[in-house]
Amino acid sequence: MENFYDVLTYDEKIAFALRSLYANSGYSKYRMSKFEEYDLYVKNKDFLVSGNVITFTDTDGRLMALKPDVTLSIIKNSKDNPNELMKVYYNENVYRVSKGTHSFKEIMQAGVECLGRVDDKVVASVLELAKSSLDKVSSSYALEISHMGIVEEVLNACGFDKSEKKEIVIALGEKNEQAIRQLCKNKGIDEKLTNVVAKLVTVYGDCDSVLAELDCFALNEECKKEIDSLQAVLGMLNDKSNVIIDFSVVNDMSYYNGISFKGFVEGVPSSVLSGGQYDKLMAKMGRKSGAIGFAVYLDELERSEEL
Amino acid sequence: MKMLNVALPKGRLGEKVYAMFEKAGYECPSIKENNRKLIFENKEKGVRYFWVKPSDVAIYVERGAADIGVAGKDILLEYQPDVYEILDLNIGKCSMAVAGKKGFVDDRNKTLRVATKFTNIAKKHYASQGRDIDIIHLNGSIEIAPILGLSDVIVDIVETGTTLKENDLEVVEKFVPISARLIANKANFKFKSAIIEDVKAKLFEQTENL
Repeated sequence: MENFYDVLTYDEKIAFALRSLYANSGYSKYRMSKFEEYDLYVKNKDFLVSGNVITFTDTDGRLMALKPDVTLSIIKNSKDNPNELMKVYYNENVYRVSKGTHSFKEIMQAGVECLGRVDDKVVASVLELAKSSLDKVSSSYALEISHMGIVEEVLNACGFDKSEKKEIVIALGEKNEQAIRQLCKNKGIDEKLTNVVAKLVTVYGDCDSVLAELDCFALNEECKKEIDSLQAVLGMLNDKSNVIIDFSVVNDMSYYNGISFKGFVEGVPSSVLSGGQYDKLMAKMGRKSGAIGFAVYLDELERSEEL
Repeated sequence: MKMLNVALPKGRLGEKVYAMFEKAGYECPSIKENNRKLIFENKEKGVRYFWVKPSDVAIYVERGAADIGVAGKDILLEYQPDVYEILDLNIGKCSMAVAGKKGFVDDRNKTLRVATKFTNIAKKHYASQGRDIDIIHLNGSIEIAPILGLSDVIVDIVETGTTLKENDLEVVEKFVPISARLIANKANFKFKSAIIEDVKAKLFEQTENL
């Protein structure tokens, strides 16, 4: 057969490498239609990376959208089966507003989703797959893992309400320790508890060193339960090199629970991989089963070949 | 060795900031030579400094051309760059404020005309009060807008209030305290966290003693 490999661009090569990685890991290819009813995105607007969606009216008068996101479509089109595990991967274009130009942009995305009976073992295997994905892109990478459950329970234990939690989470995403301390002070939280909240920023680093410090977040039974779940998952990872635990990886708490993670490769200024457990989104969409998935932003990698 | 790239804001604030970096043990003597160069390196210490326009620091850091930088909170609030904001340097302190002509009273029957450089901050501030406003974006000499009747009020940073006073304006309300912040690129932080944490710790010591 003719050899087409040489004519492929770097990001195309990566896309194919990822496809083969996912297919060989027991995931089946998921192909979806280009359009989706706009209604789906309105209901879950905050889940989208950017709220703007390209819409048009179909011939039968329905308002349609060019998909800004793949996860929602996969959930919508899957059967709710909490006893089985559905493992799919995709390689699709999505349409989002790019921050720099404030105009719509086509973004090639590859990723995987696991829906159904998601246990710790499945979560660990998805993390391993995220690691292998990054490894395909660059030998110098970091997979940064956080746990939304721990963050949420620590904030609950302090008695923060929903809007205050949102502010803290924003400050946590900025690693802004001083802002977190100020927010705690405004709330009248004592010094001891404030120090624990501030530790969400300062405690980060390689797996083993962070695991040793996790006990400081065990404020009550709920916190302990979440810590145990993180420990259980990390215990199942075969190779903990290049894994960082950092609670500043934050996702919207109304959609995500449990493990959240982001991947970085050296030389690319923003995250190239992003994912997490989104049982709460499933619940919002009327599903009983759990879910975890991640996406690789291939457009970010265009330039990484030169490195 | 990997260099740590630091974006400093050109001007008085930047010089103060550099002095803090120097005291922290990351000096770069060539920066004091009086010339028009914008990039300075100290290979031994592994740092490279460059002077950029203050409002551009956040862009250099967000896009990873600089690993860390120093930017005013006003710029961070206005452009909302996706960066870590790791330290309040406690210098360059001032406030984001609304100012109007002396004796100004807000007539809520009319749309309030607001002149400002900081359109996002102004919009957000008035949206939180449910006030209907018209934004007039200006790039400088904001103070003359109310005098000429171009706007009812201005939203701008106020340090001592001297400029306002000299133009017969007064502060209506101060609503956000502003100061210089140490910011870091989210991706580069992963690969240079040791040196960035060291810089942060040594700068923090100095802010404590201010």
